[in-house]
Amino acid sequence: MKSEIEFVEQIESYLLGEISPKDRIAFEQRRRDDAAFDQKVVAHKNFLQQLGEYGTRKKLESQMEVIHEQLDISALKKEILPQTPIIKVLWKKYRLNAAVAASVAILMVLATLFTTGYFTKNNATNSKYSALRREIINIKKSQHAIIKNIQGEFTQPADPGHFGGTGFALSENGYVVTNYHVINGADSVFIQDNKGSSYKMKIVYIDPAYDIAVLQVDDSSFKSFGALPYTFKKSASDLGEKVYTIGFPKDDIVYGEGYLSSRSGYAGDTVAYQVSIPVNPGNSGGPLLDNKGNVIGLISGKQTQADGAAFAIKSGNLLKSISAIPQDSLMQKLVLNKKNVLAGLSRRDQIKKMENYIFMVKVY
Amino acid sequence: MKETKKVTVPADNEIILGVLNGSNEILEKLYKAYFPMVLQLILTNNGNEDEAKDVFQETVIVLYNKVRNGNFELNSKLKTFIYAVSRRIWLKYLGQKNRNSGNIKDVEEIIAVEPDLERHQERDKQFKQMEHALNQLGEPCKTIIEDFYIYHRSMQAICEKFGYTNADNAKNQKYKCLQRLKKYFFQTTIE
Repeated sequence: MKSEIEFVEQIESYLLGEISPKDRIAFEQRRRDDAAFDQKVVAHKNFLQQLGEYGTRKKLESQMEVIHEQLDISALKKEILPQTPIIKVLWKKYRLNAAVAASVAILMVLATLFTTGYFTKNNATNSKYSALRREIINIKKSQHAIIKNIQGEFTQPADPGHFGGTGFALSENGYVVTNYHVINGADSVFIQDNKGSSYKMKIVYIDPAYDIAVLQVDDSSFKSFGALPYTFKKSASDLGEKVYTIGFPKDDIVYGEGYLSSRSGYAGDTVAYQVSIPVNPGNSGGPLLDNKGNVIGLISGKQTQADGAAFAIKSGNLLKSISAIPQDSLMQKLVLNKKNVLAGLSRRDQIKKMENYIFMVKVY
Repeated sequence: MKETKKVTVPADNEIILGVLNGSNEILEKLYKAYFPMVLQLILTNNGNEDEAKDVFQETVIVLYNKVRNGNFELNSKLKTFIYAVSRRIWLKYLGQKNRNSGNIKDVEEIIAVEPDLERHQERDKQFKQMEHALNQLGEPCKTIIEDFYIYHRSMQAICEKFGYTNADNAKNQKYKCLQRLKKYFFQTTIE
């Protein structure tokens, strides 16, 4: 025990260099001779060194602690991170919330669209295709309101039509063609020509598949329309063909022109042409004519969500439909006109000659 | 005179000399010059200021040990070295906390410092072992050992401080304490 203490003391004074030169030589000699002794010295030396390192590190840490205390961390932070704008911080903080909110919003929109039937194909078709039947009653009503305001009293218009469309003569003996959708559900049908004469009509034939209806004048005083100036084209017309139409989108006759833009109609329907022409409710049933004055189609509708896409039933289909009329249901023979007198005329003269054969169809 | 916010960065060799001499002034300059960079690194990578402090201080310890062991070759700028060490320490910390899978947004260029950190880890282990052993030792042994072996106070001063009647008693006490410390040190293994 005593020797151990002395031994430790000896090593320590040796390591600290406090040993006397004489003892130092003896000590070093003993280390060389006695391997076990040397090992003890080295082990002790290493241990003390570790203790020393521990001390140095402790001191360094306490020094740094003091320095750290002096720093103004919040000021440093501001200096270091000025490149993070507030928006970025907010985005980082709330991006999850934003994502959730966006998903909910999208879900809500989809759910609303779904419940309101936006995705149902039928509805989509209906909303994009509008038949050009004019709802006269609305117009009458608004006119009515104006009259009422002016006169301060209520006068019932003589004969308000519920719906209106256009029709044109098929033959001189009183047959007129229009769209099926114009006269669909009608109690009675009248036509009125450009001069104002009106005839009661009876429905002779309907073809809902082609949206065609054939009417006949049901009036004993009626004699004849006179010889028709136009003919019906049997073959299909070409793209780019200049076309025009005459109809009654309002209470007066209106002319519109355009061109044939597609061989098929709405959603690829081959019964009709697509025509780029300005048409409005009331144009339904009007004739579509080419430059030479041949009827090449029957205006039937337009696409609501596309510009300049109107549709006209091809004259070929019109003729097919007419030839299918059972002879029994015809009071008089339906003979289509074969002689075209419009071919060489200017557009103005063509219209002048034609307008007497085009009628406003009134439905009650 | 108007106080300038910009901290003047001391020259690299000036710092190394100061580290070798144990100069407190240089330590302060070093701290003020490079702590902001490490703070920035930690803050931009999911850390807070306290973690930045720990990382930076550990980095300084690595630097001190490297310089004092004489194997410090300045083949890169001191700034680069400090950044690389801090980055490595932070990555390790993040890996332990599972806060990040090893991607870090760098604000400086980096160099390989893995050998330095391996040495540091070894030292760190021993340091913690020693700390643990000393804490187990209890008073007055801990203070006696620290006073004599760390602060190199004379036996005479220790005698007076603890009221030992003679130096032999104090030596006896110191010897016992040392033996116990050794026992604790070699017994404990800290994970």
